Amino acid sequence: MTKKEPFFWITISCGFVIMAFILLPLTEMITAPSLSMLRETIRDKDVLRSIWLSIYTAGLAALISFVFGTPLAYLLARTDFAGKRLVESIIDLPIVIPHPVVGIAILSIAGRNYWLGQIFSELGIRVMGSVTGIVIVLTFVGMPFYVNAVKEGFEGISPRLEKVSRSLGASMFSTFCRITFPLAWRSMLVGIIMCSARAISEFGAVVIVAYHPMVAPVMIYERFEAYGLKYSQPVAVWLVSICLILFLVLRVLTSPRKKET
Amino acid sequence: MIKTENLNISLPGFNLHDINLSIEEGGFFVLMGPTGAGKTVLLEALAGLVPVKSGRIIIEGKDVTRLPPEKRGISIVYQDYALFPHLTVIENIKYGLRFHKVDKKETKERLDRLLHDLDIEYIEQRLPENLSGGELQRVALARALMINPRVLLLDEPLSALDPRFKEEIRSGLKRLHRVSRVTFLMVTHDFVDALSLANRAAVMNEGRIAQTGSIEDIFQRPISKFVADFVGMKNLFPARFSGSRAIINNLKIELGRIPADSHGYIAIRPEDIVLSRESFTSSMRNSFRGAVSGIFDRGFYYEVRIRVREATFISLITKKSLFELGVQEGVEILISFKSTAIHSF
Repeated sequence: MTKKEPFFWITISCGFVIMAFILLPLTEMITAPSLSMLRETIRDKDVLRSIWLSIYTAGLAALISFVFGTPLAYLLARTDFAGKRLVESIIDLPIVIPHPVVGIAILSIAGRNYWLGQIFSELGIRVMGSVTGIVIVLTFVGMPFYVNAVKEGFEGISPRLEKVSRSLGASMFSTFCRITFPLAWRSMLVGIIMCSARAISEFGAVVIVAYHPMVAPVMIYERFEAYGLKYSQPVAVWLVSICLILFLVLRVLTSPRKKET
Repeated sequence: MIKTENLNISLPGFNLHDINLSIEEGGFFVLMGPTGAGKTVLLEALAGLVPVKSGRIIIEGKDVTRLPPEKRGISIVYQDYALFPHLTVIENIKYGLRFHKVDKKETKERLDRLLHDLDIEYIEQRLPENLSGGELQRVALARALMINPRVLLLDEPLSALDPRFKEEIRSGLKRLHRVSRVTFLMVTHDFVDALSLANRAAVMNEGRIAQTGSIEDIFQRPISKFVADFVGMKNLFPARFSGSRAIINNLKIELGRIPADSHGYIAIRPEDIVLSRESFTSSMRNSFRGAVSGIFDRGFYYEVRIRVREATFISLITKKSLFELGVQEGVEILISFKSTAIHSF
């Protein structure tokens, strides 16, 4: 074996530092609560409710991203137009804006002195302190992850496949359903997972728009503030485990089944 | 018949200008040209896959310029075959059928014939990722012909294949063209493809048609310096014409006919120039003494450059002739060519 340069050892050591940096706090948090405490926590109706709220609002955000984001991602992957860069940067904006600012921004259009807020209140839709508000916030922060993942997926499909399909008699819509979608749905799934994972983790923006009903991150924060670290940890463990299991199940259910070789 | 009338296409960074082509029904037409000449764009325009700025495309007397691709009945086979990776071979081949009103019996017959002619029955149930290059190509051809198109467009179908199989595939294509009676339009930059498959051709350069006509016209009677050069007329000289003679510097070459203009070019294919050590009696009207100025190994043959006064001629000879003639750099040698081998324009 040839002698490795010092640079090689630097890369290895940095790798270990980063692994430890990520894994140490997580394992410590997960292993800290005792089993009895975990059992007690999951029997708590409030905890269950907040975890369930987190999951289904994040799921709704992903669904909305899927419906509206897929056509946009397709457009961005397939066409070149003036201002495309600008559109792409706008889509990335929610990623870079500080989270509380997102909450404040959404409240400012939902307020009574803004036309949209007035329409909402006339329709009886409440944003502040409601599930609607939570879903709006989560969609806002999760959408970029969906659009970017799916755009990349579409870009990976040769436009020639679509062209051949058209020349064989398929309309644009049939081509999308029969060729593009079956080839891209895996990236859509990745997009949905990314989007909902991001949405579940949102705290800063949600806490401004809706402290109640309480999503899991807000509850974890509240328990930490009121009772301290020891009481917030079990909720955190449950949230993380349930999300991981959900994503894992989603992955397994949709993993590629080899047709035949 | 497919016709284009003053077709203009404008894409970002690429334009096609005044494309006028006419391809007879049931013909085999090749489109040649250097990389970036716009051949693929023209194919895609015919298929309706890129927008046309102005001009018309007429297929069998019907203006299809504004028709979407699915209404044109034009199939396309790309260089990378573009098979649908999530569908099996048979699903790929039958893909187009559901979009067409078809007669069940006729379709079944066509499917069986294509599977048999292209020898792909044994891979029906496979996915494209498990096929070889040649198999992919045959499946792509079957898929394209399955909808019984009015025109089949082929975008360099042979360039990605192993050269060993090219000859076999060429004859396969020729047979397929004959039995399917579909009009074939093929992009290629392989002269062998053009010469062995097509009856008519066009040469494109920088978004324009440089020449269109019969294969023989293109290869023997190019109308411009570009086409002459492109089709391998390596002996290309600007000349002054006087009577039935062409004069290159002070070299007088007998053309056997009187050209229309007083100035122009003469072109001779390198394989039409015969080398010999001694003069010999033949029907060749032109014979000059020169000196070998260079010998280049071109794989299957040698390219020999012979300097005759100020002009350098290029001839192609086999290794055997090279050896027998004792051709070496600096050796004095005789070049001869028929006046009918000279093309003037």
